[in-house]
Amino acid sequence: MFTYDFMQNAFAAAAIVALACGAVGYFLVLRQQSFAGHALGHVGFAGATGAVLVGVSPFWGLMGATVAGGALMGALGEKLAERDVAVGMVLAVALGFGVLFLNFFTSGAGQANALLFGNVLGVDAATLWRMAACCGLCLVALALIARPLLFATLGPDLAEAQGADVRLLSILFLALAGVAVAEAVQVVGVLLVFTLMVGPAAAAQRLCTRVGTGLSLSIGLAGCQALAGVALAYLTDWPSSFWISALSGLGYLGAVVASAPRA
Amino acid sequence: MSVLRLKGVTLRLGGRTVLRDLDLAVGQGVFVGVLGGNGAGKTTLMRAILGLLRPSTGRIEVFGRPAGRGNRAIGYMPQARANLGDLRLSGRAFITAASGGVGWGLPLASAAQRADVERVIALVDAGAYAGRPVGALSGGERQRLMLAQALLGQPRLLLLDEPLAGLDPHHQAATIRLVRRLQQSLGISVLFSAHDLNPLLGALDAVLYLGGGHAALGSVDEVVTGPVLSRLYGSPVEVVRAQGRVFVVAGGQQPAGPAAGANERDRRVHV
Repeated sequence: MFTYDFMQNAFAAAAIVALACGAVGYFLVLRQQSFAGHALGHVGFAGATGAVLVGVSPFWGLMGATVAGGALMGALGEKLAERDVAVGMVLAVALGFGVLFLNFFTSGAGQANALLFGNVLGVDAATLWRMAACCGLCLVALALIARPLLFATLGPDLAEAQGADVRLLSILFLALAGVAVAEAVQVVGVLLVFTLMVGPAAAAQRLCTRVGTGLSLSIGLAGCQALAGVALAYLTDWPSSFWISALSGLGYLGAVVASAPRA
Repeated sequence: MSVLRLKGVTLRLGGRTVLRDLDLAVGQGVFVGVLGGNGAGKTTLMRAILGLLRPSTGRIEVFGRPAGRGNRAIGYMPQARANLGDLRLSGRAFITAASGGVGWGLPLASAAQRADVERVIALVDAGAYAGRPVGALSGGERQRLMLAQALLGQPRLLLLDEPLAGLDPHHQAATIRLVRRLQQSLGISVLFSAHDLNPLLGALDAVLYLGGGHAALGSVDEVVTGPVLSRLYGSPVEVVRAQGRVFVVAGGQQPAGPAAGANERDRRVHV
């Protein structure tokens, strides 16, 4: 299976996405904004379908919408991203628009399916390079804001008192999350962004009491799940998104069981 | 030199004047209880001292310099937040996150920062549970961790916002003893806000009483008296001392301000 170009691309795409999602997802879960990350995927769906409608590449439509959506969520208030009703409404309205755009764009059933559930086996070399560049950008930016972001996440009032711009950090971080979400959509689709953004990070956080180990485990789990998912998809001919979501769910379940207080 | 000096300071929050025309000075090495009901302005005053809220009039000086954000001479413990219940990071990691300040970059602690973290863990006697997940700790233990965060970087002024909230009387007494011991051994000044004076009696050097938009600073015997509190609230207030405790009793009328809200049950309020 390693001899086919499309499989090599698929493995590379899965690894790139896992790196970005594992790292960004760790902070997303720590900040209790995982639902906001989920909603960003749906905003991206509207962006991608809208872009196709006006003749722009869906990749950039997706990326533009998730980054702008993330920045807006961050700007509207550090607490907004935690309000599930507001986030849920954004999600629903965005998905509604996506359906509308899709309706105008008549030959879009295959594209819609790829957006909603991912199509990692269809990633070409050009897309792969774009993904690698976005992933690199995302990780560098995350490394730059990591220290104040961690502080502002665990002690927002104290961080603010010491001079951190908590709102700016929130904007920057959710914009970064938008980049990671747009990457994840390439592999698992809009509806299953949770599986790579949240599943591995949440599992890692249940198991690790230190930031460094938790972050590493989050990236490692995301990588293993994404790569194994692609391999299993090849072997079984079932969708890779199914395998990744199943492995993500299993990983989280395992972490919950392993970290449960023993009677 | 004064640790803290306020000159003609008026603080407004969302169009409402919370505190009006405050003049006060706090010296070195004193333990000040900041008393007052909900909404009296305890948190607002602390945020102004931290530079998070600009006074609409007057000026605030901290160690002789105008109040401004990021003053490392001030340690701050905000009111306890409820969202730590799921946190699986250890107490040590939680404190370390606050040790590196807010500069850009990776959150890697230097040897000096790690040593500072161990120092503050020892100061608040949290060594026994600093390695356990924050979410698995009791409310009292989590407050110790937040107190430890406030002590990072060796501040000379500590602002503690309602550190007794949510603690039982036994833990309240232990917290007060700990803060008093730290205040004396480190030779720092502490502003300690609370809505009940009684647990703090005997530990305080001074009390800063906030009510009716005004403030009174002095010893407990000077400030917590009928005439002073009546003037503060602008209505008759009586202070009753019984069995080593102090009770503020509304006079003929309900006192204006926060005490009124708290005494619906029996018209008797702990200060």
